[in-house]
Amino acid sequence: MSILSKLGETLVCLKAGRVTLPYPAEAKPLPEKFRGRPIFDATKCIGCAGCANNCPAREILVYDVCQEIRILKYLGRHCAYCGRCADVCPEKAITMSQEFENGTNQIGDIQQRLELFMSTCQRCGRCFKEPSVLEQLKMKGYRFDDLENERWIFRSQATLKGEPAVDDLKIELD
Amino acid sequence: MLKNLCQKMFGRSLWVYHANSGGCNGCDIEVLNALTPYYDVERFGIKLVGSPRHADVMLCQGPAMRSTAQALKRAYDAMPAPKLVFAIGSCACGGGLWFDSYSVIGPVEKIIPVSYYIPGCPPRPEAIIYGVAVALGLVDKKTAPVAFKELELPIPQYHPGDLRGEGELVVYEKAEKV
Repeated sequence: MSILSKLGETLVCLKAGRVTLPYPAEAKPLPEKFRGRPIFDATKCIGCAGCANNCPAREILVYDVCQEIRILKYLGRHCAYCGRCADVCPEKAITMSQEFENGTNQIGDIQQRLELFMSTCQRCGRCFKEPSVLEQLKMKGYRFDDLENERWIFRSQATLKGEPAVDDLKIELD
Repeated sequence: MLKNLCQKMFGRSLWVYHANSGGCNGCDIEVLNALTPYYDVERFGIKLVGSPRHADVMLCQGPAMRSTAQALKRAYDAMPAPKLVFAIGSCACGGGLWFDSYSVIGPVEKIIPVSYYIPGCPPRPEAIIYGVAVALGLVDKKTAPVAFKELELPIPQYHPGDLRGEGELVVYEKAEKV
């Protein structure tokens, strides 16, 4: 309670210096393994839906709109940035970026939607990715479907009808 | 309109009220970290108040739970009229990892209208300050929805409709392009 203790306090305060980070001017460097928003690379993605199966928040939706086009949708609403999708991706198409400044007034802004061109399975009629490069050419516009006559068949315009299997698909995000 | 309203009404300072409706305390700690001298948001006039009746902005953390939804609604109603609600963290934005659990109603926007979203689990204190700055109109938002569409057929397509002529004199019109 003496004046000496006050002087001591002042010394301690002066020794500590300034601690406030100059955030808006310059950002503090992020730690190396910081996981921010996942970024999906459509050119590498093969549409295997491994990320959708491994997502604990069930945030990645994969569904087919017709026999050739598969849609992969990342909603980003309740993503926990755990990075499991990036771990499990066989083509390394998902990278955990260092973007964290995602404040927005519309929740749909963090959405990512990939439209992937796929081949059609002869047996079940669902989409799959051709394994070889030569076969992947078939996905660019036409496919070798009619095996009896060995003819190219042009891509269909038909869309699959029916209720989506996941309830979240009904959420309309602007 | 909302932006103009913000600039008029909140010209000087924002008084924030800190409401947790069932989160895990992760976002709480990040919000409190943003209020410490390290990030010092009082430079921007942001101040923490203890009652919703004094507040302009409500910082919501945690999903809307069955047990706390009514209290959250009451706290929102108690705030004076030009008010903003910030949903901070994945739980408040979309319901969190347990969004389909029996005790979770969902995102807080099911109970009260949300004006700004700050996703992250938890968001960094910088991200929270950035979100408030977006609301004040100091910075522009960085995010935009990404949609990738397959381009219109990168290699030219052979089509029987373009065949002209009869018999052996059949000519394909766009032969140079193939």
